[in-house]
Amino acid sequence: MSHKVTIPIGPYHPLQEEPEFYKLVVDGERVVDIDVRIGWNHRGIEKLSETKSFDQSAYLVERICGICSTSHPLAYVNAVEDIDEIDIPERAAYIRTITAELERIHSHMLWLGLAGHFLGYNTVFMWAWRYREPILDILEAISGNRNNYAMMKVGGVRRDIDESEIPHYKKILNDELLPALEMFKGAVLDDPVLAARLKGVGKLTKEDAIDYSALGPTARASGYDIDVRRDEPYAAYDKIKWNVILQEEGDVFAKSVVRILEMIESAHIIIQCFDKLPRGPIDANVKQVSPGDGIGHHEAPRGEVIHIVRCDGTNRPVRHKVRAPTFMNFPSFKKTVVGETIADATIILAAIDPCYCCTERLTAVSHKDSKTIMGVQRLIHLSHHKTWDIGKAMGFSDKELIEKMGKKIE
Amino acid sequence: MKFFVYMMEFIIFPGFLFTATVGLLASWVDRKVTARIQYRMGPPWYQGFADIVKLLGKETLLPSGASKHFFLFAPLLGLAGVTLVSSFLWIANIDGNKSFVGDIVVALYLLTLPAISLILAGFASNNPVASIGSSREIKLVLSYELPFILAIVVPIIKSGGSISINGILSNQAANGMTASSLSGFIALLVGILCMQAKLGLVPFDISEAETELTGGPIIDYSGAPLAVFKLTKAMLLFTVPVFLIVVFMGGIAVSGISILWSTLKYVMLLVIIILIRNTNPRLRIDQALRFFWGPVTGLAVVAVVLALFGL
Repeated sequence: MSHKVTIPIGPYHPLQEEPEFYKLVVDGERVVDIDVRIGWNHRGIEKLSETKSFDQSAYLVERICGICSTSHPLAYVNAVEDIDEIDIPERAAYIRTITAELERIHSHMLWLGLAGHFLGYNTVFMWAWRYREPILDILEAISGNRNNYAMMKVGGVRRDIDESEIPHYKKILNDELLPALEMFKGAVLDDPVLAARLKGVGKLTKEDAIDYSALGPTARASGYDIDVRRDEPYAAYDKIKWNVILQEEGDVFAKSVVRILEMIESAHIIIQCFDKLPRGPIDANVKQVSPGDGIGHHEAPRGEVIHIVRCDGTNRPVRHKVRAPTFMNFPSFKKTVVGETIADATIILAAIDPCYCCTERLTAVSHKDSKTIMGVQRLIHLSHHKTWDIGKAMGFSDKELIEKMGKKIE
Repeated sequence: MKFFVYMMEFIIFPGFLFTATVGLLASWVDRKVTARIQYRMGPPWYQGFADIVKLLGKETLLPSGASKHFFLFAPLLGLAGVTLVSSFLWIANIDGNKSFVGDIVVALYLLTLPAISLILAGFASNNPVASIGSSREIKLVLSYELPFILAIVVPIIKSGGSISINGILSNQAANGMTASSLSGFIALLVGILCMQAKLGLVPFDISEAETELTGGPIIDYSGAPLAVFKLTKAMLLFTVPVFLIVVFMGGIAVSGISILWSTLKYVMLLVIIILIRNTNPRLRIDQALRFFWGPVTGLAVVAVVLALFGL
């Protein structure tokens, strides 16, 4: 006899630092259905941005999220620079890359710790966060802050890196961080109990990753080779040598491996940037933004973040749209969580490294009964609908669109 | 007069007060060492006591829809079980004449009471998460009890079929501790693994699983009943290792310099518990079941067979 029970994970739950609601329908220990409800933390940042000048908005988007606090500004300045096709000084490009990669390391390190905590492995939690400290120290030395670095600026960066300090930073990376990362790599790859818990759990196939538009490490762990840093380079990513990390399995184990290897890759990117750092100005001194639309993106630690900025010739954006990577990764739960046990569901939910404050900001959900609350299904439907409309506007026929999208969207 | 002495033994030494004090201190050692492993400072030595006192002062909330009597009775059941088993383990250890035939079976039985109380608590609180925690606890009890009992059979065989604590202890006093033989050592290993599950510590904290079930069976508990659960857990941290010491490691001496040796045995077991707990992630319940019924039961059977051959 089947007896279905709803297990709420959230809005307040030890699994999460932020409010988020996963409704698991379980039969015994097995999850038979999941609904994700987002929108507990709407902050109206896009609207606020319209009241700020272009320089102020960089600070504003920095506060979307404390972990991605250089990803959003970087995508934003990319968008504004895209309007006038401004070329930033080379030194500024390198400094942007350094900051962004340092952020990736500290963000992945943070995830690694939390993943350990979710598995009840608190030693990993504390150790990962301990080795995150040297990175935060470097960031503090470079920018003056452990988080919210305020490095990005339209046309360049706000602070220069002191040449005399570079050997010290490199020493921290080489002597403290890289050995620690190698240790974590060994500890995760060789631990039989971890392997038993993570291998084959929450599998996202490559096809599903593409269908559900997964991004970042979530997609790359499924063998979906996607990384804006390489595909459409910005900052200094095309000037240095680095590899996109790929794994084929698509399970939680592969996602951990991708993140750990990415941290090592990031450390090498930063060291290369320090070595190659050219001398020169750090700011293009942008005085005015001409009317037009700009699209900027950045491979944030969790995937591609996109900012779209529209300017009408005044000193503030008339429209500013942000799309966070977690928003794209949420729907993949439909494929990964259903059919697993509750014990695995929690680590699968954590495995996309969901960043709620990035995501929460952009979906206003009405409560009570006046309007419908948007679940995953509804959001996917809306997205399909939009794609369909755009396709129609581009002049495709119904038949061609059905061929492309697999079905007719009403 | 006899009743009075029994009550003293049950409530003060070696029963409730003694076990609770040492148990809370042991839980402090656990927390402190864990903290040091994890680059943290850790709490001061009185933290365990402070926690209990603070919880006792808090409001007791009854969830609506809960079965009131079972909800409040469950924590006491566990506490009574662990107090009783601790009392007569020590009494038999101090004065062999007070041991009775079959008391080792009673001890085994009473040691499951804390788990039963958790199961009862989870189902009584009428919460889906607690129910899942309880059903996990049932599966866990089923999985570790089999190898645990098989492991205890080894010292019984060693002492010529004696099922009293005194018989096992006097056999060890004459022929050396059970763990010094091959079968005894294997049985001790099995016992240590089962102990980790009995204590509900990582990797077997499956029923409470904070990040999955937010505490499982005890999710709805607050105030004094929660304090009783915490206290039971701390007392178990003392009682279960003592049980293993009595059965496998020659018991606890309470006089002279051998007190140090006995303390060392306990500290050794505690260190093993802490190490296992800090170097493993939590297992899934099906993995735990497979682990205990597969390799662990296999080991226990091997130990029993070896013991029958006198090894």
